[in-house]
Amino acid sequence: MSTPTTPQPPARPRLGVFKFASCDGCQLTLLDCEDELLGIAAELEIAHFLEASSEAAPGPYDLVLVEGSVSTPEHVERIRRIRADARHLVTIGACATAGGVQALRNYADVEGYLATVYARPDYIETLATSTPVSAHVPVDFELRGCPIDRGQLVEVITAFLAGRKPAIPNHSVCFACKRRGNVCVTVAHGTPCLGPVTHAGCGALCPTYGRGCYGCFGPAGTTNLPALVPLMQRDGMSEEDIGRFLHTFNVTAFTALEEQGQPGVTDAEGPG
Amino acid sequence: MSDPTPRYQELRIPSLARVEGETALHLRIHDGTVTEARLKIYEPPRFFEAFLRGRAHPEPPDLTSRICGICPVAYQMSACRAIEDACGVVVDGQLAALRRLLYCGEWIESQTLHIHMLHAPDFLGEDDVIGLSRSHPEHVKRGLRLKQTGNAVVELLGGRAIHPVNVRIGGFHRAPTRAELRPLEERLRTALDDAWDTVRWVAGFEFPDAECNADLLALAETGTYAIESGVPTVLPYDATLPPYGFPLRDFTDHVTEEQVSHSTALHSRLDGRRHLTGSLARWAVSGHLLSALALEAAREAGLGDPPSRAGAGRGKACRNPYRSILVRAVEVLYAVEEALRIIAEYERPAGPYVEVPARAGIGHGATEAPRGLLYHRYAFDGGGRVTDARIVPPTAQNQGAIEEDLRRLVQAGLDRGEGSEAELTRLCERAVRNHDPCISCSAHFLELDIERTH
Repeated sequence: MSTPTTPQPPARPRLGVFKFASCDGCQLTLLDCEDELLGIAAELEIAHFLEASSEAAPGPYDLVLVEGSVSTPEHVERIRRIRADARHLVTIGACATAGGVQALRNYADVEGYLATVYARPDYIETLATSTPVSAHVPVDFELRGCPIDRGQLVEVITAFLAGRKPAIPNHSVCFACKRRGNVCVTVAHGTPCLGPVTHAGCGALCPTYGRGCYGCFGPAGTTNLPALVPLMQRDGMSEEDIGRFLHTFNVTAFTALEEQGQPGVTDAEGPG
Repeated sequence: MSDPTPRYQELRIPSLARVEGETALHLRIHDGTVTEARLKIYEPPRFFEAFLRGRAHPEPPDLTSRICGICPVAYQMSACRAIEDACGVVVDGQLAALRRLLYCGEWIESQTLHIHMLHAPDFLGEDDVIGLSRSHPEHVKRGLRLKQTGNAVVELLGGRAIHPVNVRIGGFHRAPTRAELRPLEERLRTALDDAWDTVRWVAGFEFPDAECNADLLALAETGTYAIESGVPTVLPYDATLPPYGFPLRDFTDHVTEEQVSHSTALHSRLDGRRHLTGSLARWAVSGHLLSALALEAAREAGLGDPPSRAGAGRGKACRNPYRSILVRAVEVLYAVEEALRIIAEYERPAGPYVEVPARAGIGHGATEAPRGLLYHRYAFDGGGRVTDARIVPPTAQNQGAIEEDLRRLVQAGLDRGEGSEAELTRLCERAVRNHDPCISCSAHFLELDIERTH
């Protein structure tokens, strides 16, 4: 239901970009699409995108991009209002899709956390958990990554405009790594790498730089974490190291994997 | 809502756009005098300092970069320096040069983003960069090109522009070859022209008179404009007080944070006074160490000469927050030039990093994020686990100065008879955007809440 201010060809779909608990990096990814930015602005009416514009028009919106996790009582209300205003809602980035790095609080004592950072915790309103948007409202598509990949964001917007499903593969980083022609850092150098269980999308950046993948896109569509754990142990990681390795930017998603009855990290008595 | 003489008035303006985070503004006006201006920052707490406890010593650079998607390199660099300080390791030579190169990339893209997309629309009466691209297409195209070049530097060295993956304590996971850096040179040479044109463009903007009456705090480094290292140095607002510096390990004795009820950010004071960090402070403290080309650009921009030695000499500090865009434009030019110099002098180091063995101790690190001085302190136990973490971001330091700016600008507006909701809101938004408040500790959302009593 667009209301064009100037007479022009058919109304463009209206885009709304919203932020919850996050670092703003995924929104910034949209501004980092320099080559496509003005093209996107020609195809979509940017109705609400506060990082970029003072123009903040009310909904309804045809496409809503949500960055950030739900972590305060106000967020719970606001995400419902936004969902009601959104024809199509896409969450962007690990905070919105998995609760983000701030979801580490979900496994800790938040009262203690408050006291660590704030002298007067009573001034601060927060939830004990940081949760993905999908825990609160239906989500049409989740774009993974900490941060999301620019090319994948453009694909999601293009797919929306074309009325098709985004072509975002669900396989692991290893596929992208092989396509890039990288030597496997685990096989060749004994470097622990989460590539085999991590969702593709970054273009296998870390292994390209000689570093093990640290899982910033969260788990791939199908994983075999129990098979990876002994490899990481062989390469010198203790159980505690593996726990910390998995518990960063997608802590809730990897924890869910561990708890799916997979003899994963949490209860493994690994072969040392 | 528009009663000209209300006893009490509450205004809600739905958005402060083109900054990062969420904030509201509370103004208290009594008989036409602003008695209080409070920036209510309520970006939800994310508890970085709490969940860092128990993490291993290589982890803070990647973890803390997630505080800010606009200046992740700044967080990685401050974290690395603090950890290396705790472990007694110094990263120097070509590895240090590569770090400065990476940081120059972030300066170019971040300052360019602010100049073109966030700040310039205020001077040209546009809502956003899209409007600007219609009225000033060539300037926007140039801005996007410059920003892309900054991103290209970070992407080549770091893998990606946001949360780069190649940074580690001790250096990098992989050091580029000379041949790999070469393609950047051509882009940077174009960027040098673009940066000059940007300086000339912003020099033509109209700048309202204003003065920020806060002490200026920036890092100072011997012989070079401080970016990735330096000693905290203060240029007091009170001209009778001499400039002074203090060791980084004493940072939290001088810069103290207090919590206020209206904010999830912590408020800072420098030796009990308001202070400002960022471009204006860097120009005042280190301006005389800029390159000849950057100094020429500064004169062309109307900044004149910098103070020749923190506060002394011919030039003088610029304290007009509206003019900070000029310093940012000069800093972009300088960063482009520095990047070209570092690439020209680059020799691939023997290894991409030096070992940083864990040990018990406390370390301090500070670098100049685009928005100002970013301080990290970590304490480690013998196993290299973080036992305590302290992070003081630039915007927490600048909040007091921003509030004072708001108070003075609104008062000046009221004195000129600009008391309408729309006029005051515009004034306030501009006052906040002048300081380019940072992502995780400021706002996308200015609710103006004015209380008037008589």
